[in-house]
Amino acid sequence: MDYSMFLNIKEELMLISLIVILLLYDLIAGEKGRKYFGLTACILLGIHTIANLFPGEPVEAFGGMYQYTPMMTIVKSILNIGTLLIFMQANTWLNREDTKFKQGEYYVLTLSTLLGMYFMISAGHFLMFLIGLETASIPMAALVAFDKYKHNSAEAGAKYILSAVFSSGLLLYGLSLIYGTVGTLYFNDIPAGIDGNPLQILAFVFFFAGMGFKISLVPFHLWTADTYQGAPTNVTSYLSVVSKGSAVFVLMIILMKVFGNIMAQWQAILYGVVIVTITIANLFALRQQNLKRFLAYSSISQAGYIMLGVIGGSTLGMTSLVYYVLVYMVANLAAFGVISIIRQRSGKIDMNDYNGLYKTNPKLSIVMTLALFSLAGIPPFAGFFSKFFIFAAAFQAGFHLLVFIALINTIISLYYYLLVVKAMFINENDAPIATIHSDNYTKLSLVLCTAGIVVLGILSIVYDKISLFSYGI
Amino acid sequence: MEYTIFIILLPLFMFLFLGLAGNKMKPVSAGILGTASLATSALLSYSTAWQYFTTPRIEGVFPAVTPINIEWLRFTEHLHIDLGILLDPISVMMLVVITTVSLMVHIYSFGYMHGEKGFQRYYAFLSLFTFSMLGLVVATNIFQMYIFWELVGVSSYLLIGFYYTKPAAIAASKKAFIVTRFADLGFLIGILVLSFYSKTFNFEALCSGDLPTLSAAAGQTFMGCSVLAWGLGLCFVGGAGKSAMFPLHIWLPDAMEGPTPVSALIHAATMVVAGVYLVARMFPLYIDYAPNVLVWIGYIGAFTSLYAAIVACVQTDIKRVLAFSTISQIGFMFVGLGVSGMGGHHGLGYMAAMFHLFTHAMFKALLFLGAGAIIHAVHSNEMKDMGQLRRQLPITHITFLIACLAISGIPPFSGFFSKDEILAAAFQFSPVMGWFMSFVAALTAFYMFRLYYNIFWGKASKHEHTPHEAPASMTTPLIILAAITCVAGFIPFGEFVSSNGQPYIIHIDSTVAITSVVIALISISIATIFYRKTSVIPERLARTFHGLYTAASHRFYIDEVYLFITKNIIFKHISAPIAWFDRHIIDGAMNLLATGTQKTAYAIRGFQSGQIQQYAWVFLVGTLLIISLLLFI
Repeated sequence: MDYSMFLNIKEELMLISLIVILLLYDLIAGEKGRKYFGLTACILLGIHTIANLFPGEPVEAFGGMYQYTPMMTIVKSILNIGTLLIFMQANTWLNREDTKFKQGEYYVLTLSTLLGMYFMISAGHFLMFLIGLETASIPMAALVAFDKYKHNSAEAGAKYILSAVFSSGLLLYGLSLIYGTVGTLYFNDIPAGIDGNPLQILAFVFFFAGMGFKISLVPFHLWTADTYQGAPTNVTSYLSVVSKGSAVFVLMIILMKVFGNIMAQWQAILYGVVIVTITIANLFALRQQNLKRFLAYSSISQAGYIMLGVIGGSTLGMTSLVYYVLVYMVANLAAFGVISIIRQRSGKIDMNDYNGLYKTNPKLSIVMTLALFSLAGIPPFAGFFSKFFIFAAAFQAGFHLLVFIALINTIISLYYYLLVVKAMFINENDAPIATIHSDNYTKLSLVLCTAGIVVLGILSIVYDKISLFSYGI
Repeated sequence: MEYTIFIILLPLFMFLFLGLAGNKMKPVSAGILGTASLATSALLSYSTAWQYFTTPRIEGVFPAVTPINIEWLRFTEHLHIDLGILLDPISVMMLVVITTVSLMVHIYSFGYMHGEKGFQRYYAFLSLFTFSMLGLVVATNIFQMYIFWELVGVSSYLLIGFYYTKPAAIAASKKAFIVTRFADLGFLIGILVLSFYSKTFNFEALCSGDLPTLSAAAGQTFMGCSVLAWGLGLCFVGGAGKSAMFPLHIWLPDAMEGPTPVSALIHAATMVVAGVYLVARMFPLYIDYAPNVLVWIGYIGAFTSLYAAIVACVQTDIKRVLAFSTISQIGFMFVGLGVSGMGGHHGLGYMAAMFHLFTHAMFKALLFLGAGAIIHAVHSNEMKDMGQLRRQLPITHITFLIACLAISGIPPFSGFFSKDEILAAAFQFSPVMGWFMSFVAALTAFYMFRLYYNIFWGKASKHEHTPHEAPASMTTPLIILAAITCVAGFIPFGEFVSSNGQPYIIHIDSTVAITSVVIALISISIATIFYRKTSVIPERLARTFHGLYTAASHRFYIDEVYLFITKNIIFKHISAPIAWFDRHIIDGAMNLLATGTQKTAYAIRGFQSGQIQQYAWVFLVGTLLIISLLLFI
């Protein structure tokens, strides 16, 4: 065996060693050492991120089980940065009395899911893909139920794992059907055998449903709101950003690489799914009072927008998808960061509690406002550009009506995003949330997110760089 | 010469820094920081100019240099917006002018704005304005210029409305913004037309003279004019807005509501010459593809200069006199460009216009700063509150007199040389134009000395406390600018800047020079008789030409015409019906839609029950539904 091929998976190896280091650290460090756990994890992940920032040449390893293209480095970097930001925001929560002693678990579990996503992204074989998917899902359930003594968190964990198992079952069934009809599970070999017979369609839809669960597309989304609401806020933001971001990228790759022959069929599915996803999620978001639930529906509708990049099946679509994920990530993490710190400090989470927040916490209110503006797609914030490019990709592929419907939905979404802004700035409140002093980690992460919201759209170099690598997808 | 980037970035950083952290520091330190950063910019500009003009010419021309150019946004294969720095004779000259005047204003404001509320904010805005203006002049392409053009508009809006508690200042800033913005629409359309046909935004490519796309487009016409003439004409509309050409001049006199140093910076030396600069930048294009437009630009300039000169003769607010005189002098510059041809003696007008831009920036800034010192002393803008100030304000008096002599075209002050070249170019174009502009020059000398005598001679008025000379921070810039005004005329300007880049030796046409000096002297004498001591002649004249006098002092009712058109025609007959339609039909439909959406949102909430079994059920049904739809439809 040629061991040099392990070099091709150096990114994954680095992450594995990172996990091992943290595990050992957790074992060795006592009460005292744990104080610096967050800092250590952030620094190590930061180093890992920087070390793997630059794309290499396309390679394969393990007989095609593992495939790598430069674009994957971009996506993995985005996921790394997202995870890093989430780690920063986790600090306050993890230093609480009831979670302090098990914070090592949090970092190790989170990084394990990240590892799963890495393999899922770089898979060249459905088996590798499935292993990655499960590695990403199962520790996630543990994370969702991290505050296990809280009723909500435990319930959310149960709902998540049950739904995940259910969808994995369907997905596996779909994969076995594919194997039955084509006789191989290698991404490179499958397309030759795909001719669109009913069995394959059945298999494909099962696969799609499984992915739809991860991305939380309607009608596979029902777990989302409950889980998002019940899970610790930090985990929710991880679910909504990193987990979702990796899944959309993988879905697009597999759709184009493996199911390219039945493009017409999956475009038809996506067409319908995008419309119902955006519309239904928006309708539900309209009347949410709990901000975590509110953001859950917002993230479902955002997933619908992201699918607009997939539907064209073009390199432009891929570029705009990755860019959209990046922009969505910083905006969503900013919003979750604000909610998280307010929840930690005051225990409040409802929209009414946010009335008059600007008077007492002007900076947090402004960060939240910018994040919501970016999510709604108001220029000149990054969200405008990402929406613009993703609409352009779908429009170019000929989905004019779809883009129009999506546009109408952005207006609805603007309404509910502005509801929060209105609550913070306009609504009167006799006893607004007291002034909050956030810790330095949260501050730093919010500053980074805000910088991203403001700068990512204006700096065209970001989009250009992504576009540079989306040639081979 | 990569370091030129710092000339532009320094003010930007200073704006961000003072804007964000200004309130936490002492006003004085904010001022010192801003001034120091601008002084650095100015030094860098001088060094750039020195380096640029000392590199040897190539084929007799100073080559254009692009030290930095970044592709910012790509539209199509050919069309992309860049951000960069283009150094050529006129942009280098503008760098020097802008940083010099801005530096003077920075220093001067120390004394003038002392103790004002928002001192830090003032310096932050000054930096922003300087940044925008510098970015405008070094633009490598027309779109970059447009971006900074708008930034200039915004920052001037902020500066004019600096005293935001004063209703007049707010109204003036709004007016300036709306009028120039309206004109910028023309500019934008012009840019789109030009770039559509030429497939490029880049100035160098546009002006190279052998762009195939342009020559191909030259034949196409739209409504009887060539499309390129349309494009260039529309660009000029934008320029006319910023440079306050008739009939878009109405914002400039009102803009005097801003702090006086701001008027010196924006409304004398920099922003208002942006239009002149724009035409000069694209001058080869105008010559090649739209010579008719260029001639019209000259006519508009000539008419505006006469109009503004007449109005300036009867204004009583000293800043307004200066404002109208600025409009008139910019008219002169446009005449210079309009009558100019390409190369050698034909290109005299171009050179003269640029020369006048340069000298005018200095002496007009001096006049405004001097006016600021006077206002600072007597706390009024009105002539009737002044008089006999020459003994109390000796430095201001002398420097103001130098500037008045310069603008009137008396040798050896700088204004004589540049104005004389413009007149010579005008005579070369046609004798009628020459005499017309000579008459305007005569009016200039008259109203400037009317102003001078009313302030420093005439009848003294009572003051609550005796006017005293301004502090050194204010008089130093006056002295520096006066010194520049004395010597700037002897700069061999044609060596550096000319229409085709070849060195052009300025020679004074003795006939034109003697005529213009004699005319100026006559005008000054008339002003001396009228205003040096109290005289009844002006009043008698005003009575005799009552109609003309009232019309002129109301600025020929141009503002009223605008108000009539907007209020009575546009608002009443066009906007009101649209508003009704909007309120009843569009809003009605929207409300219906909104209630519908809300109702649906409530109707479907049973969907989300919290029961995991139901979730799985929906999941499965959804999957099967998709499959059956795909297979059976």
